[in-house]
Amino acid sequence: MATVAAVIASTHHPFYYRASTATGADRPPFADEWVAKIEAFRETLTRAEPDVLVMVGSDHFHQLWLDNMPQFLVGKAPFFDANFYNEEREFGLPRMTLRGEEDLAAHILRQGLDADFDLAFSNELRIDHSITCPIITLRPEADLPIVPIYTNIFAPPLPQPKRFVQLGRMVRELVESWPEDKRVAIIGTGHLSLELGGPRQFGEHGPDPEFDRKAVDWIASGDIEGCLAEVTLDSLHHPGNATHGFMDFMLMMGVAGDGAKADYVDSLDLFHTMEAYFTWYPNGVPA
Amino acid sequence: MSKYLLDKFLFTVDRDPALVERYREDPVGTVTWWEQEMAGALLSCTAGERTTWLAFTPDERRALSAHDHVALFELGAHPFLTLTLFIAMFERDHGPLEYQRAYGRAMQHLSMPYPDIAT
Repeated sequence: MATVAAVIASTHHPFYYRASTATGADRPPFADEWVAKIEAFRETLTRAEPDVLVMVGSDHFHQLWLDNMPQFLVGKAPFFDANFYNEEREFGLPRMTLRGEEDLAAHILRQGLDADFDLAFSNELRIDHSITCPIITLRPEADLPIVPIYTNIFAPPLPQPKRFVQLGRMVRELVESWPEDKRVAIIGTGHLSLELGGPRQFGEHGPDPEFDRKAVDWIASGDIEGCLAEVTLDSLHHPGNATHGFMDFMLMMGVAGDGAKADYVDSLDLFHTMEAYFTWYPNGVPA
Repeated sequence: MSKYLLDKFLFTVDRDPALVERYREDPVGTVTWWEQEMAGALLSCTAGERTTWLAFTPDERRALSAHDHVALFELGAHPFLTLTLFIAMFERDHGPLEYQRAYGRAMQHLSMPYPDIAT
């Protein structure tokens, strides 16, 4: 059976690639600290020695559209091209191609459907920065096969927060029941408080530092119950109009498990939004 | 209200480099052409299969034709779509993050709850 080598939850900041590669006058003052934090975070994946990556993210109106919008979708294909014209344009992200792990994708789809989770699927999925940002930060070699899982945190009506937690728990079980002797890292990215296209955007900090502090505590301590008691689809409007991306962090809390304290926690208070990085080792911290 | 069609305009223009430039240079002409020719295109179907009933309201047409991102927000257009396209059109005329901050300042009079973006 497969082993969950690491569970990783992170923000996905599309500015990281450009900030980390800029030189001279173009290099922002916060770049060096940011790169140092990312390199330390990357080491938490490297030391887990994964063979396969399950990548949880959310399409930002690139391929998935309102005429046919899935709530939860699994990519099953031998390859995934990545990043779109408007992500090159705005963030300078490079075009990429990642290998897919079709056997694990098929296992998650079949077993997930049989467990009453009606997952959609795609056999031709171009993935966006919600998945390529963590590839760039955590595995820049982009050499491991992936199973992308997309969630709808973007186009209401959205699934309830508890549904994200339930999906996370199920993904953990399904990876552990995959009959292959492989080490799988489950990586998901979301947001803390965030405002895009509204009056609170691009401030000196994230739009709601108090929410961010609570969110980091919930995640780091595995306090799923406390988080679900406070977070609703309505409440997530208040910290910022794009804060529903926090539900992907809740999904990852479901993967990590109730009460599972993160083995690695870090954050970085940037303009616009707070960065946060978490790693769990369900089978013990690697030597 | 046709929030879906507002979003469809923003979505289809933002993903096409030529249309981004056309909308920047000629918003009135682009909106008129798009509503006549493109509004009914089913994006996952062949050109012959068209939707017959989609149209902007006068307020929606006016907001798009005026590049009025505040009005688009108030009409319930998806803020991510509006922001992404408007950055593509206008960031180039400003210093780093200057446009994004001005975009937010122009909406300071708005308060919670924001307009519903559900389609």
